[in-house]
Amino acid sequence: MSSKINVIPTGEKEAVRVAYGKALVELGQKNDRVVVLDADLAQATMTNAFQKAFPERHYDCGIAEANMVDMAAGMSTMGLIPFCSTFAVFAGRCYDQIRNGVCYPKFNVKFGFSHAGITLGEDGGSHQAVEDLALMRVLPNMTVFVPSDANECRQCVSAAAEIEGPVFIRTARLPSPIYEPRPFEVGKGQVIKDGKDLVIFTCGIMLEHTLEAVKILEEKGVDAALVSFHTLKPFDEAMACEWALKTGRVYTVEEHSVIGGLGDAVAAAICGKGAFTFRKIGLQDEFGQSGKPADLLREYGLTGAQLAETILKD
Amino acid sequence: MDVRELEAVAKQVRRDIIVMTNKAGAGHPGGSLSSTDVMVALYFDVMKGIDPKDDKNPNRDRFVLSKGHAAPALYGTLCERGYFGREEFDHFRQLHGILQGHPDTKKCPGVDASTGSLGQGISIAVGMALGAKHTGNPCHVYTIIGDGESDEGLVWEASMAAAHYKLDNLTVILDYNGMQIDGTNEQVMSLGNVRAKFEAFGYDIVEVADGNDMQQVLDALHTPACPGKPRLILLHTLKGKGVSYMEGQVGWHGKAPNAELTAQALKELEG
Repeated sequence: MSSKINVIPTGEKEAVRVAYGKALVELGQKNDRVVVLDADLAQATMTNAFQKAFPERHYDCGIAEANMVDMAAGMSTMGLIPFCSTFAVFAGRCYDQIRNGVCYPKFNVKFGFSHAGITLGEDGGSHQAVEDLALMRVLPNMTVFVPSDANECRQCVSAAAEIEGPVFIRTARLPSPIYEPRPFEVGKGQVIKDGKDLVIFTCGIMLEHTLEAVKILEEKGVDAALVSFHTLKPFDEAMACEWALKTGRVYTVEEHSVIGGLGDAVAAAICGKGAFTFRKIGLQDEFGQSGKPADLLREYGLTGAQLAETILKD
Repeated sequence: MDVRELEAVAKQVRRDIIVMTNKAGAGHPGGSLSSTDVMVALYFDVMKGIDPKDDKNPNRDRFVLSKGHAAPALYGTLCERGYFGREEFDHFRQLHGILQGHPDTKKCPGVDASTGSLGQGISIAVGMALGAKHTGNPCHVYTIIGDGESDEGLVWEASMAAAHYKLDNLTVILDYNGMQIDGTNEQVMSLGNVRAKFEAFGYDIVEVADGNDMQQVLDALHTPACPGKPRLILLHTLKGKGVSYMEGQVGWHGKAPNAELTAQALKELEG
């Protein structure tokens, strides 16, 4: 009965933010309109790789995120493709600039915001963005990417440069498994595993933990489907509906508040389309705290074993 | 155009502001009237590559109205310059109009950035000037900020960056009429020694005693750039300039004149 799992681990691990830095360098080699802006975090967002490769195309804007975003807006009007980089938690700090300076006029600015979610770890709740996806999804003209691994991040960065308009890319600090590259299409979900009893929808580096969960469920005789979304906006509503209808039992798993993120994107997609049992797993309207990433995942019930346990209890 | 002719255009733009805000029953005449003269000087004399028929010419000088609520002055200036017809005034602040309550680059020809959220325009202008340097574009970038707007921290973040990147292709114009919505600058949030503050942030300062005097405004705008430094033109202006009952009155920041007061204003602005 075992269904095939459509991801192949390479056995390597890399933080998605590191892949973001590398992807920018690759992009910079192909496209000389790409410039990178950072807010005194180049060594953390990993844009220092780009800085080293193209010093004349890297602008460190100092610790002034709002000004960075509007400067990028202005630079985009001169035909450049600016990538703004900082921590995802500062999305709130420069939100008015992202909204009015970039999204409202649909300027061609990209946001590679890193250290998202609780797996940021020790810096604590003040620095763990659990609301950035909600903030970005609600903005008209914005495309929202949440790459699940290094290879997918490369694909997201490349796709972002092709999109004429604002794009948000959420990346994580914690090293996570790299999978063999998979076919990538903006706005399309990916079936990671077929299944008939229930479906788990996930995004970002929670792919690793949901994969573990479906394996445990399989051992317990539960055939769970798993679908990963690298694009939260535009959202693949058709795929969400298809699997919700196929299984009738829906779980969403994200390293984000259950309000406004993947869970609500799925809820909006399947609402009124049938009768489902539905549970959103993530941060339950609460902030994170300091701790090792593994301890934090356990604290908030996001390890593979805990996810399987939660599902089996229903 | 000589000074006399530019003054006549400014007078027409002031009439446009009154007509527009009266028709809409809303808008911001006070700060529009204080910044009219400099906008006319920019679009009719100073800015290069300005062509209503080719408003996307990549090498044109750029203008960002950072104090976006002064949109009526910008719309009047763009209309007189030929970007669109006066009939658009009927749709100012109305559904489907190109003249939105605050400038919208997607809807209105000749508008280089969407503004209205204060502090953002100057920051966008800094980015334009930096982008121009980066791409070797010879254009100059002009932006008008308000004194009330200068309460915003972003004005100072942007100013720091303008000096850091040595943006001598940027001119920031401060419409210093001394008033904001809730009262005078002094009452609401004192700017202190505003010249010294901007100077300390690294600007080359040109101060204009009467920012509503066309010749003085032209002289300031034509002052050669100071290599390696952004320019700040400190324009001492009068809020509501040209309409007696609005001049120096905080209350006319965001209020439209009724029919009677419109007639009076247009009479005062005749010829």
